[in-house]
Amino acid sequence: MIENLPALVIAVPLLGAFTAPLFRKKPQGAAVWVNIIALVTLGLVLLLAREVLSSGTILYTFGAKEPGFTLPSGYRLPVRIIFEIDAMGAFMAISAALMTFMGALYSYSHLKGESGLEKYYALLLLLEVGILGMVLTGDLFNLFVFLEITGIAGSALVGFRNYRGEASEAGIKYLMVSSVASLMVLLSIGILYAQYDNLNLAYLAKHVSFNMVDMIAFGLLFSSFAVKCGAVPMHYWVPDAYTEVPAGVNPPLLVSTYASLYALFRVSFTLFANISWTLERVGWVMVILGILTMFIGVTMALVQHDVKRLMSYHAISQTGYMLLGVGVGLTVLHDPTKFQEFGRAAMAGGIFHIINHIIYKGLLLMTGGALFYVTGTRNLDKMGGLARKMPYTAVAFIVGAAAISGLPPFNGFASKILIYEASYRLNPLLAIFAMVTSILTLASFVKVFASAFLGPPVKEYENVGEVPRPMLASMLTLAALCILFGLFPNVVLDKLVYPAVNALVKFTTYTGWVP
Amino acid sequence: MNFTLNTPAGYWNPLLWVIFLIIFAVVGYIIYSRGNPGHKTGEQAKPYLSGNEEPDVEEIRVRASDIYWGFLEALKGYYKVLLAMHTGDIRDYVYWYIGVGTIIILIFLGGL
Repeated sequence: MIENLPALVIAVPLLGAFTAPLFRKKPQGAAVWVNIIALVTLGLVLLLAREVLSSGTILYTFGAKEPGFTLPSGYRLPVRIIFEIDAMGAFMAISAALMTFMGALYSYSHLKGESGLEKYYALLLLLEVGILGMVLTGDLFNLFVFLEITGIAGSALVGFRNYRGEASEAGIKYLMVSSVASLMVLLSIGILYAQYDNLNLAYLAKHVSFNMVDMIAFGLLFSSFAVKCGAVPMHYWVPDAYTEVPAGVNPPLLVSTYASLYALFRVSFTLFANISWTLERVGWVMVILGILTMFIGVTMALVQHDVKRLMSYHAISQTGYMLLGVGVGLTVLHDPTKFQEFGRAAMAGGIFHIINHIIYKGLLLMTGGALFYVTGTRNLDKMGGLARKMPYTAVAFIVGAAAISGLPPFNGFASKILIYEASYRLNPLLAIFAMVTSILTLASFVKVFASAFLGPPVKEYENVGEVPRPMLASMLTLAALCILFGLFPNVVLDKLVYPAVNALVKFTTYTGWVP
Repeated sequence: MNFTLNTPAGYWNPLLWVIFLIIFAVVGYIIYSRGNPGHKTGEQAKPYLSGNEEPDVEEIRVRASDIYWGFLEALKGYYKVLLAMHTGDIRDYVYWYIGVGTIIILIFLGGL
């Protein structure tokens, strides 16, 4: 079974997705079934990650006599679909599987009573399949196919509450933006295929010649994945989608956004890593996008009074930290001294921030969903005094808010300190922007806490109580992870993050098997 | 287990931070528990508003939209531009993508 793990990781949730509609007459049966499937997938992903972290990159060839049989006899080129799973892919796969399970558990109670739940759960698992495929594949066209699956499943989930006009509008917007970006990805794939007759990432990375046409393809891929990960000024779809999607989908939808960020990193570090003359420029583009994303995201969040919209702008803002951290690393990638001094730490900070942000933003969006579940509104102006009614949700919110604001000893601080210090070494202004963004983030969450949880109780909500246990269980688990990752940052860095950094940086490990 | 995270300029130890946090929490609790023995509750503790009745708490609470009013007022010019960019029109979403994509391609080609 171990040797077929990469296929099973995709096949199990796919099976779950196709069988979920069978529970049409028993929607809660679909919820239980999907929770089981999500949990099994999480187990398989953890096994796969353990294998990758202990034995190195795994190659899995679909349809071959043996999974490791990448080149059929007599061939000099890889011709089949190949999954290439390194530590970076494993890192992202863990995030996807964990957050899908958390989302499914939360949805069990959050969506009770809604119609069409069997479709909802089928789409939730399809979204997971899309993300897992994107981060595990070693083939550029395959990446496009999984990107499409993610986009279609994601937009259908955004528009799930189609009795609300805003949800349908947000779903269509998400679908349109995804389609345009995917179309450009397909165009760039066409450009590369026309020149090299192959779409295997490792093969292309070894043979790409960086001519003008290649650089246009690179630019198209870079900007398309930047749109999909919500980089400013191409972020407009993010608040629409994150606000309207049911809160149980928020964590996997977040991971799907970062799967595009993963693709952006993969393209920059693996596919086009050898363009030394322009790589510094690519790094600076990433850094500038990061600064814009951080600052504009947080300042837009400050003026919001819809709790989920406010948190959605923070999701944009936090993406900026990841772009900044990894961008700093990319800028000095070809300067061994600087890379050793601060580039590697910057990249570790950026990648560590991905999982940290997925955890605390998943948690915060769930608390936003809990507020909506209890009060029936997302308008902060109408809330107040809910800490007495929802003490556990309030505690989970405090943990998430402290983590996103970078307060020690929570997980957000551990990754941010690496980003602050490393970006300061490249240019002190970058660190100043990063710190100001953190201060504004704290200010913004103080506002949410003061207006929703503190203050005198609102008469309208006199009889409300705490949210059901499955919702609490998923929120408190994520809150516990925020604390654990903050208290033991070394463990996460050594076991998951630095191997992921090495996988991105050591280009030859990824391409070594190509003749 | 090693708790120390080495950073480019120093280190960070969450365990030390937690120990200090506990010490400060204990000190804070001691101060709080000593309190003011003369503190009164009941009718005498109510706010005195020149003889007027205290308004309903729901009427006087500070709402989310009013928090940071001064900050937003000071940055009115910045926010005018920023909010104007967020039209909600999907055509604008695509225009921004095309514009930024073009600039990125030009930079990668060495034209900028």
